[in-house]
Amino acid sequence: MSAVATADAVPAGRVRRAARWLWRRPIVLAGLILIGSMVVLALASPIFATHDPIRLNPTQRLKPPSAEHWFGTDQLGRDVYSRVVYGSQISLLVGFSVAFLSTVLGLAIGLVTGFVRKLDAVIMRIMDGLMAIPSILLAIALISLSKSSVENVIIAITIPEVPRMVRLVRSVVLTLREQLFVDAAVSLGAGLPRILALHIMPNTIAPLIVQATYVCASAIIIEAILSFLGAGTPPDIPSWGNIMAEGRTYVMIAFWILLFPGIFLTLVVLGVNLLGDGLRDTLDPRLRRSARNL
Amino acid sequence: MLSLILKRILSTFVVMAVVAVFVFGMLHFSPGDPAAIIAGDLATNEDIERIREKLGLNRPLHEQFVRWTSNVLVGDLGTSIFSDLPVSNLIAQRIEPTVALTLTTMIFSVCIAVPIGIVAAWRSGSLLDRAVMGFAVFGFSMPVFVFAYILIWIFAAKLKLLPVMGYTSIFDDPVQFFRGIIMPTIALGVTYIALIARITRASMLEAINQDYIRTAHAKGLAIAPILFRHALRNASVPIVTTIGIGIALLIGGVVVTESVFAIPGLGRLTVDAILRRDYPVIQGVILIFSGVYVLINLAIDIFYTVLDPRIRY
Repeated sequence: MSAVATADAVPAGRVRRAARWLWRRPIVLAGLILIGSMVVLALASPIFATHDPIRLNPTQRLKPPSAEHWFGTDQLGRDVYSRVVYGSQISLLVGFSVAFLSTVLGLAIGLVTGFVRKLDAVIMRIMDGLMAIPSILLAIALISLSKSSVENVIIAITIPEVPRMVRLVRSVVLTLREQLFVDAAVSLGAGLPRILALHIMPNTIAPLIVQATYVCASAIIIEAILSFLGAGTPPDIPSWGNIMAEGRTYVMIAFWILLFPGIFLTLVVLGVNLLGDGLRDTLDPRLRRSARNL
Repeated sequence: MLSLILKRILSTFVVMAVVAVFVFGMLHFSPGDPAAIIAGDLATNEDIERIREKLGLNRPLHEQFVRWTSNVLVGDLGTSIFSDLPVSNLIAQRIEPTVALTLTTMIFSVCIAVPIGIVAAWRSGSLLDRAVMGFAVFGFSMPVFVFAYILIWIFAAKLKLLPVMGYTSIFDDPVQFFRGIIMPTIALGVTYIALIARITRASMLEAINQDYIRTAHAKGLAIAPILFRHALRNASVPIVTTIGIGIALLIGGVVVTESVFAIPGLGRLTVDAILRRDYPVIQGVILIFSGVYVLINLAIDIFYTVLDPRIRY
């Protein structure tokens, strides 16, 4: 309570301190700027777009970039720039949703498995099995069994990410449960829910945030891959993967249809990865990106 | 040591059993009628009924599971709904290009990533090190197909040096094989290289700071033997483990790369099966890919348990 009160009282000092903190971490700053610009682009797409992203214009087919069409036009005469601007909405929506959902699920399952011995063995075997299936394949298989929609894409990408989150939370919990402060809480008569919520969970936050950024980055890539393969976001929505899927036939004559969504896709993932690396180095230097987190 | 290996093998069986249950269950626990989903939106009731009959979906669940599992155990992965051919035949037909592409990518990636990782660790903090680390972050950020199309545009569209697409078997024409596999290999390798280079640098850094390396320096050993014989050997466990685990990354990438370069391998088979909702094929491919992935990692773990006396888990 007092922390909130001070923050309200001297906002200028806090902002300045945060700014100075960021200034000394150019990588985090670069990541934040990239993500921030993409968020602005996604939230204010109608303002940034110069054309209607889905309006066909048969007389303007496959035109190279020009003053009128900054990123050129596609095979149906649609403005690639405006489509790319609107495409940021899907990528960010999927990236953030998957990161959020897998964190919540991973936290819930991880806390329970870390503390309840009986469940631990069973749940972890299930997680091991899930992790043995390459995540893109698992997402593809899940998608193939459901109707094509953005929600289903989010669910299909989230499920393969959950085991990695569970593992992370569980490993933190396993080291924490042996700590003296947990024993102290137990001997004071604290119940399991109270210990988990007040003593264990706060300690998992830092590694979870870092892991969530990596999940966000890989979710954005997987969404693009699924759409590109024709098994993702419904084709009438201009997501970056969809734009590239439609442009692939024209790679030799109209490369701009593929290039610009590709650049934006790389930039937003780069931004998220930079933020993740920067946060990892600051919050928890022990946490290194290993293949297990992929 | 033997009990360790046996334990590891046993846990592999458990993992594969969970994978099998999951692959089986996915179809049955998905919302909606699986037969209707597979049949697609335009299907008539007869179509749905035919698929239900064919996949045995009208039988009790436990009976289906026992039947499916016992078939899988003897190598029968079912029959494709689309082509009516056995799934195991379809997989056998398509396996060569995928194995070829995966192997070339692994060789290419390891040959690039390990040396640059070593140099980055040796000259840590230098411009070179920063360049390698910068590349590693970038390699993680650029999706396979984006990089693939940039390569196609440069080398096939502009310079006209390499064929755009297709696959020639190495047994038919080795020269064409290599010309055709260059771009897919590079495209597929980038993320893998980033991953291996990063872990090589990290574990080499740790090794280089050990006392025995200082001793080696002190006794006047040249840089190359110190780096390769002393440091790399001790740093090799995480590197090789990562190469193994990273295969999951390659498998995901293969599906995309084959699709971009029109290579008729397992990846293409998977994508075609998804678009046709040919579920028995999807199940078969997932089982095969996961099985290979799990077995390779089992082999790596056993290999190290035997070779490295420090590993006791």
